[in-house]
Parts: sequence; structure tokens; C-alpha cells
Amino acid sequence: MADSANWDWEIGDKLVSDIKEWKASYNWVEEPYVSPDGEKVAAIVNTDEAEFNVCVNGKAWEIEEPFEKAWSLKFSPDGRLTALVSADMAWTVAVDGELWEEASDYVWDKQFSEDGKTIAVAAQQEGSYLMIKDDTPWESGFSFITCMTMSPDGKNTAASAQAVAFGQAEVFKFQEGCFTAAANGNAWGRNFVNVWNMAFSPDGTKLAAEVRLNLYDYTIAVNGKPWEQIFGCVWAPIFHSDKGTVIAPVRTAGAWTMAEDGNIIWDSKFAQVWHQKISPDGKKLAAIVAKGFGSWTVAVDGKAWDITFCDMVTDLTFSPDSSRVGCVGKEGDKYAIAIDGSEWDNSFDMAWGPVFSPDSKNVAAKVEKDGKYTIAVNGKLWQRMCEQAWEPVFSPDGSKILCRTVEDGVCYRRVVSINEMI
Amino acid sequence: MAEPAKNRIIDEGLDTGKERLTQERIDKVINQVLSGETGARLKAYMDTCVHCGLCSETCPYYLSYGRDPKLSPAGKVRRTMGEILKRKGKVDPDFIRQASEVASTECNVCKRCAMYCPFGVDSAYILLVIRRICHLCGVTPLYIQDTAHSHSVTQNQMWVKEDEWIDTLQWQEEDAREELPDLRIPLDKEGADFMYSVIGPEPKFLAGLLYQAAYIFNVAGCDWTMPSMPGWDNSDMAMFTGDNEIMGRNKKFHYEAAQKLKVKRIVMGECGHAFRSVYDVGNRWLAWANPPVPMVHAIDFYHELLSTGKIKIKEKYKKSVTIHDPCNVIRGRGLHDKLRYVIHELCENVIEMHPNREHNYCCNAGGGVINCGPPFKNKRVMGNKVKAKQCADTGAEILITPCHNCHSGMEDIVLYYKLDMHVKFISDIMYEVMEKPEV
Repeated sequence: MADSANWDWEIGDKLVSDIKEWKASYNWVEEPYVSPDGEKVAAIVNTDEAEFNVCVNGKAWEIEEPFEKAWSLKFSPDGRLTALVSADMAWTVAVDGELWEEASDYVWDKQFSEDGKTIAVAAQQEGSYLMIKDDTPWESGFSFITCMTMSPDGKNTAASAQAVAFGQAEVFKFQEGCFTAAANGNAWGRNFVNVWNMAFSPDGTKLAAEVRLNLYDYTIAVNGKPWEQIFGCVWAPIFHSDKGTVIAPVRTAGAWTMAEDGNIIWDSKFAQVWHQKISPDGKKLAAIVAKGFGSWTVAVDGKAWDITFCDMVTDLTFSPDSSRVGCVGKEGDKYAIAIDGSEWDNSFDMAWGPVFSPDSKNVAAKVEKDGKYTIAVNGKLWQRMCEQAWEPVFSPDGSKILCRTVEDGVCYRRVVSINEMI
Repeated sequence: MAEPAKNRIIDEGLDTGKERLTQERIDKVINQVLSGETGARLKAYMDTCVHCGLCSETCPYYLSYGRDPKLSPAGKVRRTMGEILKRKGKVDPDFIRQASEVASTECNVCKRCAMYCPFGVDSAYILLVIRRICHLCGVTPLYIQDTAHSHSVTQNQMWVKEDEWIDTLQWQEEDAREELPDLRIPLDKEGADFMYSVIGPEPKFLAGLLYQAAYIFNVAGCDWTMPSMPGWDNSDMAMFTGDNEIMGRNKKFHYEAAQKLKVKRIVMGECGHAFRSVYDVGNRWLAWANPPVPMVHAIDFYHELLSTGKIKIKEKYKKSVTIHDPCNVIRGRGLHDKLRYVIHELCENVIEMHPNREHNYCCNAGGGVINCGPPFKNKRVMGNKVKAKQCADTGAEILITPCHNCHSGMEDIVLYYKLDMHVKFISDIMYEVMEKPEV
């Protein structure tokens, strides 16, 4: 979460950079990315044949040699500009133009801690797979890793890792269990047929993951110890922020519900349950659910909203005060924002996740309509329709919204009073 | 008269699986599947079939193996589900092994028989239920089981590691820039019009197809992206082994990649079974009644590019071509007219094979049969004499089929029956004949 208290919250517009002008200096300019505070806009640029750099507000990074390749350009939540780059035939992470010392045969899946101060990537070094956090690799690697994750505080990293080698089509060896989870490079002492999507406990001492015990039995394992209860399928677990318990959607007798430390906690059953979230105050549990086939909604503590969407629901979000829940729903070609079971009047060609104001009273979202992007607040569209827009940011007091846009090839930073938008 | 191999085919997945299987497990699985996972649909099919035999003439195995009644769709159902019901579920490991071989290697679940059945009995569904039972018993042909394991670990069917995937895209992008200097394969471009998805063999050993697709999309001015994360592979052998949970997991990865990228649709490459999985089966196991993000098959997309003039043809392809209609996108989706529009736009001399469109015979590779691998290759190829004759009768030099399994299966048919033709994807031809920008 970016600390926006020190940003410029004066109401008004600022021209950040004319991206059109960059195009005269480079063979091509790739899609732009804007910093969280809206003060910088950046893009990967091609400077010559097989030569790349990063341009920020019209100025290229000062690097000794151009990159052979560059991708995954992203601002960290604390505003640093990062990219995955190939230089001297080795891959590494570039942060504000400075390269990590750790070089790899490949790096990918860049992740940030919530405050942006920690950066992690997956890496392959001479056939060994590991994670690198802030330029420090795991002490040992594996022959394969997947489902990489970093704890929100950035202290821990983990991945599903292959612990036992198996040859082509050695299916029965595979079924004995060749995979484990590795926390900070240290493997659990137990292997499973599969290990997927994991989460760290708030204190970082526990790691929970989905596991498959054989071809058909699924459960959740915590630090390598599976729950006693077996299910037909499970989805990604989370830790309860206060209680430290593990909560995961589970499938039993053909229906989905929610389990905590192995025990079913919801009376209701659904055709699907996933992407559960604990409210900031730790008192509510919400999830995306399907009440039936093609009937998607949100359930809070097992109670589903009346409103449903036939295609899908995504981007489940709690308000900061835990009193409200929002999501994106899709019905046919149209996307909608739904808050507390009520759909905004407007529908969109695309909608990004709802953003609550710090006081939880207002909701804003980036939306696309008729090929243009804008910001909608409490269902009402901002009057500016833009070539590009990024997700809105509320000021700490909730009275203003930072709108980061590209209009006619020019990147703007506009701080708008909430009163102008609702 | 050709007959299935009289010698028992050795397959480690089936044989070792059978050795490890207990009677207790069989009883539990059959009870679970018949009581908990099936219902009126299975009962209606089993109770309705009057063994009229009309399905027989629709099945390439039956026709190719001398009209052996055991290989008719009704015959295969009778040898498997029919016996399970007749014996009230009391079947032994030997039976399960045999049922697995029948369901996985003697039926392409192509649904041609269902189309001709006067009652609409879907034998493919019944044989997929058999595959489900065999999966839960741990008795599945070795090679397709290995592929399902790959899906479970990597979310792709070829054990392609995450770095290999991205590296391959960047390698193809770099190569293609020698022909089109500003070409891009945009990775993880949020908000693009479409995400392009392919199947595992493309980065593994058919990387040229990625090159061709990128070239076509760049020339057409498409706003597109490819995901760097798992979910890029739309294929699904777990669907064909009866491992519904891994099938669902893969489709979840696939559609969630598209959701994260906020694309409006997914355009997929030339694959048939993958379309069935993303459009019909896998999505629905997850409770998505429709594809949550609209799914467009390559045939449909090429139709769009050609009919809107985004791709123009410099000079039509001269060699004579015929069309093999892939079951899953023709019987399954009705894209036969769009396929013909595309082929006629690209090619000068198109010779139809007969029967065609939704009546076409399966390539015999589909339904996961080719993925059961070398032990069953001869049985598969000999089981499609009828397809070889169809192709030979056209006299065409080129056979076009927009499906990976059809492509591989038809190459085997061409080789075994010594047909004087080559197999191509649509994109092979489109890339060759399209107007290309001067650089």
C-alpha cells in the first residue's frame, strides 16, 4: 500500500509528459505505465536493433549499455520503477536504472511487498530454480518451482518445488509425491503429489498450501502437515489476520463451501466458492460464489447477495472500515460494479476493481466505455474520456481523487475534488 | 479385414494401475460416480438405447475394423457401462483395465454417433464417465496420464517451465523482427483487446506457429497480448482422462489469466479439443455457464481478419487443398461455413472430401487417443482406414485442418496409408499468401 500522505494533493492539473514527443527519439515506444503518485510516466523504448532502454518523463535511464531485452515494466507501490532486463546475455532486475548484481539465466514473476520496499522474482540459474528477494537468492534451488509467492510484509518468499526427480512418463513415481513447498528456499519435510497456491501466516512462521495427496484426494497442508479432513477439491487458503487460522474453499459431495482449519464453517453450499477475503477488522469473511450454474455473486459469512451475474464476478474488495463489500460483475458483454449487493446504474465495456475511499463512504473505479477510459465514482462517470487511465487513488482525507490519464498522447496528473465527480 | 491387435497391448499405466487396484476401491469409485456424479442423463441414455445399430455406421473404428459390432458405439457402451450396470457395479480390476482401454483408445468421444442416434444417445458422454471411473481407480493409459500430470504441475500439457515459455515467446519475437522490425509479442499488456492462447506443443516444438501468429496479428494491427503467467495453455488432457478436478484447475488458471489482463476476449490457436475444454466442458465444471471471457477460435478470428480486410491476400495458394473438419469446432461449434470462407479466401483450388462439415469422420487422434501414445498408435491408425480413403479420394495435394490433434493424427494417416499429401494449418497458408508490408 503506497503512503500517499506526502503526495501533492492540491486540486489542479499537471502535464506529466508528452508521450507523443518521445516517439521522435525512438524506433518505438511501448505501452506507458504511471507511478502511484502520478508524477512519472514510463515506457520501454527501442533505441536500435535489439537495443532497449526505459524512458521516464521523456528521459531515458542512464545506463552503460542498452538492454538486449526488457519487459515487465512496473512501478513498485513505493514509486520505484522496475523492469526485468537482459544485459550481457544475463537476466536481472533493473530498479530506477540500477541493476541487481545477481545475474540469472532467466527471471520472471516480479512481486512487490505491500509497502513496495521489497522486490522478489523467480529465477533460473544453470537449470536450478529459486527465488531472489532484494538481490539475495535462496541458498539452494530446485529442479522446478511454480506458484511463487511473497508475504505481504516482504519478509518471506515461497514456492511449490520439485523435491524428487522423475523421468518421462514415470507416472507412478509421480503419484508417490515428488512436490513440496519451499519457504525461503527451505523445503517442507513432506512431499505431495501436487502443491499449489500458498499463503504465509501474519507472523511468517506458517505456510499453508493446497495439496493433492493422490490422484483424487485434496486438502490444505500447513507447514507440511495436512488437515485431517480430505476433500474432493480445494482452492487457495488464506490465514485469518487475527486468529491465525487457515481458511479455504473446499468441495465436498459435489458442492463448495468454506472450511477453517479443516472444519466446515459455512452452512450454505454453492456451485463455486473462491477468492475469499477477511475484512480489515477480522470480523467478516467474504468470497466470490456461484449460487448455481451461471449465477455468480458475493457471499459474506456464507450469506449470498440476491443480485447475481451470469458470466462472472471478480475483484472482491472490502472497504477500509469493513462495513462494505464491492466487486466487478459481468453479464453478457457488459461489466458492472456492485457494492453491498446493489449494482451501479451504469454498465461498462470493462471495469477494474472498486476502490473505496479511506472513510469507506465513496467508491471509485477505472472503467472503459465506447473505447475510452475514465473514472466512475459511485456510479457516475467523470466527464473526461481518455486514451488511457489508471486506477483512481483517494486522498488520505477522502475529499479528492488522483486521476492519472493519457489524453491525446499526453500524460496528465489531475487532482479532482470528489464533489466534482459525484 | 483389419482387426484390432490380437495380442494384448502392454501399457504400464493400465497394467501397473490394475495391479495396484483393490476391489474395495472399485466398489467405492463406482458407487461415488454412479450415485454422486451421474444422474438422469446417464440413466436416460442407458435405458433408451434399443441397440438399433444406427450408430455403428458413424464410427470410424467400426467401419475401419470390418464392421466389428464390438467396436460400434453401442457395442463399446455395452462392453463397459452396460456390464457395470448389469453386474450392479461388481467388476474386478481386469474389467477396469479393459474398460479403460476401450474408453480411452477405441473411442475419440467425437460425438458423430450422437448426431445420428435417433434418440440422441451420447455414447461419448457414457465413455467419458467410464474414463472418470478408471481415473479414480488409477487405471489410465500411461502417456495421457503423464500429460495430465504435466497439466497438474505446470498448467500446460508438455512440462514447459515458466521461464521456457516466456523465453520462447521472446525468441520468436526476436526472430520475427528480422522480417518485420517493429514486431512485438506484447506480454501481460493489461486492457488489450484479446489474449492469444495456444497449446503446450507450440512453445515445445512448434514455435514457428507462434512466429506466424505474431506476424499475422502485427500486420493486421491487432491490440493483443500473451500472458507470462501459467494459464497460457488452453489444452486439456485431464478432461480426457476423467480428472475433472485438474481440468477445472487448468481452466481456472486460463480464464483468470485473461481476467487479470482485463482483455475483452480470448483468441485461441488452431486446436479442437482445447476449444471443447474452454468453451463447453472445463468452464462448466467450474459453474461458468458461458466462457466468462468470450472465447474465439482461430477459424472465427481468421474469418474476422479476412472479411474486414485487416489481412489481404497477395496471391491465392495454388496447390489443391482439401479440408478436414475438426469435430470439436465443427460438430461442437458449427464453424464449418466460416472455415470454408477462410480456406476459399486463401486457396485457389479447394476440393471437398465427403462426407464433410458436421458429418465428417474424426481424425481418430482426438479425444485424447493420440495422447495415449506409442502403445496404441497402430491400433489408432489402422482404425481410420475410412479417413484415409476419404482423403485419397480427393486427390488433393494439401490437407488443411485447424486442430493440433487432427494435424498430428492426419500426419500419421498420411504416412501409414502412403497418401501423397501434406498436412497444414490455416496459419501456414495464410502466412504464405498474405500481403506483407515492405520493410
